[in-house]
Amino acid sequence: MTTLARTSAVGRSRIARPLQYLALLAYMCFLAFPLLFLLTTAFKTPRELQSPDAGILPERLDWTNFTAAIDKADLFTAAGNSLLVAVTTTAIVTAVALPAAYALVRFRTRLRAFATGWILLSQVFPFILIIIPLFLLLKDIGLVNTLLGLVLVYAVWSLPFSLWMLQGYVAAIPVELEEASAVDGAGRLKTLARIVLPLLAPGLVATSLFTFINSWNEFFFALVLIQDPDMQTLPLALARFVGAEGQVQLGQLAAAALLACLPSLVFFLLIQKRLTAGLLSGAVKG
Amino acid sequence: MSAVRSRRREGRDAWLLVLPALLPVMLFSVYPLVYGVLLGFTDAAAGLGVETHFNGLDNYVELAGNELFWKSFKIGLVWAFSVTILQFLASLGLALLLNLDLRLRWLARTLALIPWAMPPVIIAIMWQLMLNPSYGPVNRALDAIGLPGGVNWLGEAAVALPVVIVVGVWAGMPQTTVTLLAGLQSVPAELNEAAAIDGASTWRRFWHVTLPALRPIITAITTLDLIWNFNSFALVFVLTAGGPGGTTMLPSLFAYNEAFRYGHFGYAAAMGNVMVVLIGAFLILYLRAQSRRRFQ
Repeated sequence: MTTLARTSAVGRSRIARPLQYLALLAYMCFLAFPLLFLLTTAFKTPRELQSPDAGILPERLDWTNFTAAIDKADLFTAAGNSLLVAVTTTAIVTAVALPAAYALVRFRTRLRAFATGWILLSQVFPFILIIIPLFLLLKDIGLVNTLLGLVLVYAVWSLPFSLWMLQGYVAAIPVELEEASAVDGAGRLKTLARIVLPLLAPGLVATSLFTFINSWNEFFFALVLIQDPDMQTLPLALARFVGAEGQVQLGQLAAAALLACLPSLVFFLLIQKRLTAGLLSGAVKG
Repeated sequence: MSAVRSRRREGRDAWLLVLPALLPVMLFSVYPLVYGVLLGFTDAAAGLGVETHFNGLDNYVELAGNELFWKSFKIGLVWAFSVTILQFLASLGLALLLNLDLRLRWLARTLALIPWAMPPVIIAIMWQLMLNPSYGPVNRALDAIGLPGGVNWLGEAAVALPVVIVVGVWAGMPQTTVTLLAGLQSVPAELNEAAAIDGASTWRRFWHVTLPALRPIITAITTLDLIWNFNSFALVFVLTAGGPGGTTMLPSLFAYNEAFRYGHFGYAAAMGNVMVVLIGAFLILYLRAQSRRRFQ
């Protein structure tokens, strides 16, 4: 009976394997082709892009689109703004979330239920309900159209998720390690610095990178809160670039778009092993 | 005695550590949220010196008769459910493939993450280029195999919504795939082996062993996907801005226009309230049905 089952399984897998590879190939084309297309477009000259019988690959590696995109002053300013906002947000969120996450995991308080409830609720509410009062509030204190206002909003709205991720990492550190250190006579601060922080470092890096990428990519809050062209972030500048120049400079647009997603592409490449191993899967949001 | 004191001290320490997080959250997210819900019961509008009054249920009476809003709400439901369901089916297939012992699996796992690494604005710009009626590779490929190309994918009312849904599926597949893959890896291999020895076919093993083990994860990820998709904004805003002819006008875009194009803050907040109540009610029903199923 078992031999029979095994032979039929072998027979089936002889047909099944090629079909599985075929399906995987189809998935890969669907998922990877658009980026490949963006990459080739970024290297094409306007003449190549206009001609109907140009191939998929560019004739040669032409970097003019990239230099032209960088030379566009507003894109450069926008990238600077995005960097400033993302770095400041990440610093604030990490500094605030780290002690809070530690306290929520290690001390039994009622705050924990509140925090969990808040994290869930912040996912469900449509942004329109939040952005109108935020816009009015920031307008009252004169922070509309400023990068500081944007940083405040990003920090507050990245906090629940960072807190949630960090809680997971803190909970993974065995509490016995801390107790042992305390028994050895180390004070609480010393225990935190010598035992907890080093163990927490990878989780802390992952959390802050997520905060950075989320702020770097954010569009909706920036769209509402920033009207001044000098203050706009990269996603805003790119969205307006499309509106203003549209079809004319496809190559430059593709080059600028590629440069804008470079930070997140590099980041995902770095963490992809851990992601696909499922280690972060519980703590990941798009 | 000292236990009580240390418990009390612990509570105080916890508050001290949480306070720096709590204060900004209260000021810039709890307060705006409550304010936002309340705004839905006022006639607040943009402009200097415009006074705001509570107007009870006036906004909702007006909304009930606003056909454009309900049309947009329907588009939002079609969008959210189509994207979530298609995303789930496609991701489940991909996760099953990535869980097999295929060659080049590491490459496929890396490539599968690409859409996740791209911000929604860039995804929208990229697909605009892809779908461009004259230069885009989609139409060129159709031309090359002799099918009628030249379709203006994002500009024709009949095809715009399905096309936008495909882009939405593309953009959200990695999260769902990674989550399902993690779930698959946690299904004990012994279960499948035992079923195989009992002579169960691949399909029966999938249906009776793998799928039931995955059910909690499936419930969690489809719920999250549905919420994210229903609230999504940037992708469609940049792709079509709600056009052509309002056929891709998601409720979030509709409310955004109402608030920041026409300045009707109170009315737009009322739309937000309606969205929260309806999607919340649906989620409660869905989650209750799922948990009942698990206990059967």
